[in-house]
Amino acid sequence: MTATTADVKADVKAAPGRSARLRDLGIVLGVVLIVVVLSLSTSTFLTAGNLVNLLDQAAVVGLLATAATLVIISGSFDLSITAVLALSAIVAVAVTNAAGVGAGMTAGVLTGAVLGTVNGIVVVRIKVHSFIATLALSIIYRGVAVILTAGAIVYPADDRATAFQALSWPTVLGGVTAASLLFLAVVAVCWVLLSRTTFGRRVYAIGGNEEAARLSGIRTGQIKVAVFAISGVCAALGGLVLAARGGSAQASLATGMEMTAIAAAVVGGTSVMGGEGAIWRGLIGVLLITLIGNGFNLLGWDTIYQQVVQGALILGAVSLDRLLRGRRS
Amino acid sequence: MRIDLEGFGKSYGGVPVLRDVSFTLRGGRVHGLLGENGAGKSTLLKAVCGAVTPDAGRVLLDGRPIAVGSPRDALRHGFTLISQELALVPAMTVLDNVYLGRWRNRLGWRRRRANRREFAELTARTGFELDPSALVRDLPIAAQQQVEVLRALASGASVIGMDEPTALLTRNETERLLEVIRRLAADGAAVVLISHFLEEVLSVCDDITVLRDGRHIKTGPAAGQTPQSLVADMVGRPIELLYPEPRPVRPDAPVLLSARGLSRGTAVREVSLDIRAGEIVGIAGLVGSGRSETLRALFGADAPDAGVVEVDGRAVAPGSPARAMRAGLAMVPESRKDQGLVLGRSVRENVALASLGSRQQAGFVRGGAEREAAGTMLAGLDVRGSDLGGPVWTLSGGNQQKVLFGKWLMDRPKVLMVDEPTRGVDVGAKGQIHRLLVELAAEGMAVLVVSSEVEEVLGLAHRVLVMRHGRLVGEFARGRATPEQVIALAFADTPDTEPSEENA
Repeated sequence: MTATTADVKADVKAAPGRSARLRDLGIVLGVVLIVVVLSLSTSTFLTAGNLVNLLDQAAVVGLLATAATLVIISGSFDLSITAVLALSAIVAVAVTNAAGVGAGMTAGVLTGAVLGTVNGIVVVRIKVHSFIATLALSIIYRGVAVILTAGAIVYPADDRATAFQALSWPTVLGGVTAASLLFLAVVAVCWVLLSRTTFGRRVYAIGGNEEAARLSGIRTGQIKVAVFAISGVCAALGGLVLAARGGSAQASLATGMEMTAIAAAVVGGTSVMGGEGAIWRGLIGVLLITLIGNGFNLLGWDTIYQQVVQGALILGAVSLDRLLRGRRS
Repeated sequence: MRIDLEGFGKSYGGVPVLRDVSFTLRGGRVHGLLGENGAGKSTLLKAVCGAVTPDAGRVLLDGRPIAVGSPRDALRHGFTLISQELALVPAMTVLDNVYLGRWRNRLGWRRRRANRREFAELTARTGFELDPSALVRDLPIAAQQQVEVLRALASGASVIGMDEPTALLTRNETERLLEVIRRLAADGAAVVLISHFLEEVLSVCDDITVLRDGRHIKTGPAAGQTPQSLVADMVGRPIELLYPEPRPVRPDAPVLLSARGLSRGTAVREVSLDIRAGEIVGIAGLVGSGRSETLRALFGADAPDAGVVEVDGRAVAPGSPARAMRAGLAMVPESRKDQGLVLGRSVRENVALASLGSRQQAGFVRGGAEREAAGTMLAGLDVRGSDLGGPVWTLSGGNQQKVLFGKWLMDRPKVLMVDEPTRGVDVGAKGQIHRLLVELAAEGMAVLVVSSEVEEVLGLAHRVLVMRHGRLVGEFARGRATPEQVIALAFADTPDTEPSEENA
């Protein structure tokens, strides 16, 4: 079919390209704005100590937001992440007491992977909407956590307590905590996974149009289960961090934080419809939310207003993003 | 009534799709709007009916400028659009859909009986037979279209735009719809019709406007025009409307696709067929006769209840597109939007999607190789004006269809199955796709084509199979059947052709 068309060739235009990509960065602009304001209005914001602190504060919600971003891009929701977090932390404490810290941490991560896989299998096999399925499963997981702990707070044995808290220690890297490094490493891995691998391509395709993905030979069920499993692992890592920080675990750990994580993912510009978004967007969302808390602290504002301001800023950031990206539909 | 469209312009992301288009519509006449895909027809119609905001342009109603910036404004002036994607609420009844947003009410309480009376009048006027309490989602597509038409009438529309209303209709349904269009015009409405079926446009339209690359080419009476003259205006050069002649199949060509006793529910019943290398086989039949379902069962998109599929002599495990693809099968599905493309993702990702495994290293996408392969493929398919990184929804229908073909040709399948190869595709791209299919067969691929256009099946295929009620009921060699014969067999009202199996 080249005979009639030699005259037109495929003129591959550098069409909307650059400007569109710049417009995509609206939400980044919002975050930069807050950073500038905080830097100018306080002397404490731009200090190494505060930034290290900021990163540490972002670690747990960041791990959860990374999980949420991944799952949302694949076209699903995972409301069970904080329940998985709690149960994994409890298992980690129990196994630490029975077999040592290394085994405990490993068991915690494995718990997350298993629970995530269960989530995935239920969603894929029973074909319940992931929103409902993971909501129900999260109640079960919390319930199991209550049963395991008899409703009490569980602690690692005294001789192992110090080692158990290793994740909360500062490291030689300028005092940045081990938890922060773990968070950054997970972000890096998920980022590469989504943007550079065939797995990532398949995830986007399933989120964007599951039937087209299936008809393109993608084993959609397997990919979805894998996404939920990764989500579970991220949640479990968050659980280990929280347990390390507090030196304990309990069934109500991080209750409600899944909503903050999903908000962070969406605020960053990941479409709730699936198929669009990026890990860095989740990161931006987490940054925004953490900065607001940090700003209140530094400015010495009364924290009773924090939630109202946080909600308003999220709305503002998202509206700005919409405005800059233009209406397209 | 006289409607002047003046200076309409619209750009998407810096790319103009409409440039200074002006012409006049008149009440009581049907106005055909023609052009290749991407010529700006749909955009113009949407702009006039308030569905998109134009960058420039205004509408004069009997000489007075009116605002049609939103669907609500447009409706107030009697402008309404029946678009390609029907805008119905599937879970509501026919009646509720027809009166959506303007239910008769008293203090907010609905007066269903008043609506029902009006509904009865409307159906009497149009001759539609619709059950007002049926749920829209249970209706076939033709009936849903009728609901849209009724809604336009119920809103008192005097200017009615229709964007490819007959694309999904069978021949009979099309005839009925054209009849209604004539009646609407006779009642005084100005109807604007977009259609790729030129015969249809010539048969129903009083005036015709041709757009090309977003520009107004001409407006004039339909009388005296021929399909050839219209096509010449649309593409800016004369084009052959003839189908390319497929190369004869070599007598020793191996059978590449073979099915025996393939069945799935009542949709596909004991279908057996053989397709040889270099052969194009067409399946004709009515909508719902099991054509698409047969392709899906062959490809494993739906698991068959019974039957064997072999590709190049080897059995393919049923019910898995992934395994079918590994065996060398490919299927271009019926609906680009729902089954073919991931519209929000880039052209490049879409082209690469079905062959990711061929360009990977330890699970990583080889970006350079992919860009090159996708670029070469699209250049070969003459996809114009596309940015590989831009989302695929920004392309015209014809280019989207080519991207879909490209996706399936990346891994060079042995057997290519195509469901509706040219649905919603402009004349130029249509010819290109036909030539592509003939070329692929000449290179040794086995091709299976399903199409609602009987002429397309007859024009392309070496052999035409006719399907009815899930069974293959007849076969014609190339040149041995007229469209009428094929349709008659599909409807099964000719007792003297093939052994019929009515009570299956």
